[in-house]
Amino acid sequence: MTHYTNASIILPEEFKDTEDLGGVFSGWDAKDRRYDGSSWLYGACVQGGRVAPRDAGPHSGHCKDGAGAAADLGECECDPTLSHPRCVYQVVKRHYARYTPELVERFCGVPRERFLKIAETFCSASGPEKTGAICYALGWTQQSKGPQIIRAAAILQMLLGNIGRPGGGILALRGHASIQGSTDIPTLYDILPGYLPMPNLGLNSHNLADYVATYRDPTGWWWNFDKYIVSLLKAYYGEGAKKENDWGFNWLPRVTGDHSHQGYFLEMLDDKVEGLFVMGQNPAVAGPNSRLERKALSKLKWLVVRDLVELETASFWYDSPEVERGELRPEEIATEVFLLPAAGHAEKDGCFTNTQRLLQWHQKAVDPPGDARNETWFMYHLGRRLKEKAKQDPRPRNAGLSALTWDYSLEGTMQEPKVEEVLQEINGYAVADHTLVSGFNELKADGSTACGCWIYSGVFPRPGENRANQRNSQDLWGHGWGFAWPADRRILYNRASARPDGRPWSERKKLVWWNEQNKEWTGLDVPDFTRTKAPNYQPPKHAQGDEALAGDKPFILHPDGTAWIFAPKGLADGPLPTHYEGLEAPVSNPLYPDQPSNPAAMRDERPENRYASSPDERFPCVMSTYRLTEHHTSGAMSRMLPHLAELQPEFFCEISPELASERGIENGGWVTLMTPRGIVEARALVTRRMRPLLINGKMVHQVGVPYHWGYRGLVKGDSANDLVALSEEPNVRIMEAKGILCDVAPGRRARGKAALDQWNAHLRRK
Amino acid sequence: MPISAFLTDASVCIGCKACEVACKEWNHIPDDGFEWSGQSYDNTHALGASTWRHVLFLEEKQPMGPQLAGIEEPFRWQFLSDVCKHCENAGCLEACPTGAIIRTEVESVYVQNDVCNGCGYCVVSCPFGVVDKNHEVGTAFKCTFCYDRQRDGLMPACAKACPTQSIRFGELEELRQEAQVRVKELQDRGYNDAQIYDPTGSSVGGTHAIFVILGQPEAYNFPPAPEVPTIHMKSAWSAALVSALVVVLVVCLAFVL
Repeated sequence: MTHYTNASIILPEEFKDTEDLGGVFSGWDAKDRRYDGSSWLYGACVQGGRVAPRDAGPHSGHCKDGAGAAADLGECECDPTLSHPRCVYQVVKRHYARYTPELVERFCGVPRERFLKIAETFCSASGPEKTGAICYALGWTQQSKGPQIIRAAAILQMLLGNIGRPGGGILALRGHASIQGSTDIPTLYDILPGYLPMPNLGLNSHNLADYVATYRDPTGWWWNFDKYIVSLLKAYYGEGAKKENDWGFNWLPRVTGDHSHQGYFLEMLDDKVEGLFVMGQNPAVAGPNSRLERKALSKLKWLVVRDLVELETASFWYDSPEVERGELRPEEIATEVFLLPAAGHAEKDGCFTNTQRLLQWHQKAVDPPGDARNETWFMYHLGRRLKEKAKQDPRPRNAGLSALTWDYSLEGTMQEPKVEEVLQEINGYAVADHTLVSGFNELKADGSTACGCWIYSGVFPRPGENRANQRNSQDLWGHGWGFAWPADRRILYNRASARPDGRPWSERKKLVWWNEQNKEWTGLDVPDFTRTKAPNYQPPKHAQGDEALAGDKPFILHPDGTAWIFAPKGLADGPLPTHYEGLEAPVSNPLYPDQPSNPAAMRDERPENRYASSPDERFPCVMSTYRLTEHHTSGAMSRMLPHLAELQPEFFCEISPELASERGIENGGWVTLMTPRGIVEARALVTRRMRPLLINGKMVHQVGVPYHWGYRGLVKGDSANDLVALSEEPNVRIMEAKGILCDVAPGRRARGKAALDQWNAHLRRK
Repeated sequence: MPISAFLTDASVCIGCKACEVACKEWNHIPDDGFEWSGQSYDNTHALGASTWRHVLFLEEKQPMGPQLAGIEEPFRWQFLSDVCKHCENAGCLEACPTGAIIRTEVESVYVQNDVCNGCGYCVVSCPFGVVDKNHEVGTAFKCTFCYDRQRDGLMPACAKACPTQSIRFGELEELRQEAQVRVKELQDRGYNDAQIYDPTGSSVGGTHAIFVILGQPEAYNFPPAPEVPTIHMKSAWSAALVSALVVVLVVCLAFVL
């Protein structure tokens, strides 16, 4: 802990903890409801004054270290004895002093003995001979403080020494086949491939030099930031990207606000969005507050839906509950809907990246039927047509589009672009002769290399060598099967699997180590460390980049080479996870009564998106949405198939026998669920698996609500997401779908418009 | 030929029903209708003419092995994928009057639908309630042990699709040994009620689908001592013979007297 984490760093006097300020950290701006995080930086006091924060605009939790460069960390002092009252270790100890097993029992409803047994069991999986892993799923992420929950797991793993070692780590169990891939090469609005930040309008992004200066770290691996962005621009714009025009940097779109899913649906509702492409998504069922989202769709001029079937998002204008209830009238909806048939995954070549960062290639098995085409075909031919149109219209706004490289070879009768060529572009190549690069170490900032995603570089090092397509696993770590980014490292930060002096912590848990004879790092995995940097290496003064990190600093992506127990940068809602209740909760926050929920989270409250108070007598139960094995997310791919539809044929909710008897509900009967957002009906599954929680002396009932049903398909039902609020966690803008307040009543809801009357009557109740 | 067998291990089943879907997809079996049961996550109900693998969901007030013993009220959620047992002495095969049900070279029990006349004797003769008649088609159906796949050297679809290796396919005696090893391992880890379900002591003479279960067989709808109906044949025929003789005797006596 003392060597590999920042436990010994002494924090500035300016830093104030939530324990000092009643639930907020120093830097809280109550008016704008956001933090100025400059007092969280290590060196604020040493430099004799505050470091002026460099505002990088709207916060992005997806990019390398959030908004702004970690360069602002400044000079810092350490106390390796961990006894200085302002060192991270002591600050963390004080921060969590009130988080006792008794508090857990009283406010989380987890019996003290059970909590202690779990804690003891997990803590025993630590030390030279042992490690423990933490796996989590959306129960942790879909909350108004999701990333901070995962940060709490990270702190635990850092304290236990379970990072960078075999059998350790924190593993996200993803909800789709390539969710990891869709952040690496993002479908997100705020990052570019490889976790490079998307430039913001007007803020430090007027030109490439400003942008690089903002995000490049003087020390650590991100010193190479300029190589990656220039190579990306060369991949995008080819010959059009020149030194004189900043490699086409100003052709990149700018982030002008909150363009997340939640953000743009709110703008759509306010008539600010003209058209929308929906590909492989079904917001009319799966979006938070899907009632609001369906109404927002009706404000569009045009909507393109590409999917396997006509799903609810394409048909909302004639068969949604809003139409049945008279809230939307088809003849008044001006949205022109284009439904285009898409190919399934077995009908196309491509690549999945799983949660282990493993790229696995898949081959097309059959041609898609009829007019169905894959996404690569669609995007390629759409781009080709747009480029042809742009040729006729040489306005400056079309310059970027005209410069885009768009030269994949086409194959087959369907004229499909060759997807392996896309992977080669992602891998990167030398611009002069199109030779593939063997990895990101070959990338340059002088425009001589192009690379579509630096972290994937090395996946296609030579023609004919698609490493994502490797299928010959040679060892326990799976080397030879697929390609794990970066550089086929199977375990990230694996330098931490060796002691500071370079020897493995134990024979049983050895992974990589320093070979004194050959003067290099070696072992069972590809070392995540400069191969020839000795454990006793000390950086010269004023060294830059990786050379500035000592030989015992495994966390090379951080400018100080340590793992951050205390995160001085990168989070919008504080450097340490803190206890907040959800945006709606059955109790107030026992630790900070003035801050019931995450102060930086956005509620987006408006008449279509109302909240219950915490607590709220009208909505005494706590519900969480979740998924079943038998269906896939909104059910668009499973409710249409008889062999899956028959396995879970109806919308149901799960309640405890206690709640059932309290409300007069029978197993198999109907119930009506209500929140301030909507009203739905479901069958009741009464099960011992659901248990009421004793929270602060009050019995709180839980309701489990799978969300797979909609108004189309072989099996239909109301949509659970009609109940969920559209809210935004401040770092990654995810909604809170776990632990929201609801009410459960026996019997079916009313039909048609009467359902709204029933719901409004409940809302008016005192 | 080696004897093909399934070993289905309830202790690692996660209730995903991939076996049910793989079976239906491979064998082109229709759906059973879209009816929600309200019985845990089990909407398949039972094995039948169009369900040859059935994942059973069992919510029990029993402790789950050694976990958190003594802290909370005991509760466990058990899953098990049930299937045709391909009995050593198969009631369905013995009852079939047309020879439609045969034993294959891998010792599995196979219904030839083109020979079956739909009499339904096999349905009532199965001690496990597996064989079922499709009333639309008019003949009997059950698990084929993916005979077509086995002929091509492939394992049955359910075993292939199982993500946790809860369904294992192999040679009967090897799987029997593996089951013993597994049960011992479970018991050593505190799952004291782990046991093998393989009724060798009864008249079915053992099955070619054996199971590792936690708790008693009855909880999984397994008869503890399944019997092949044909064992009653001898006594039934003897009784019939005696009755016939008595009738003949009485008739003869009527003439004599």
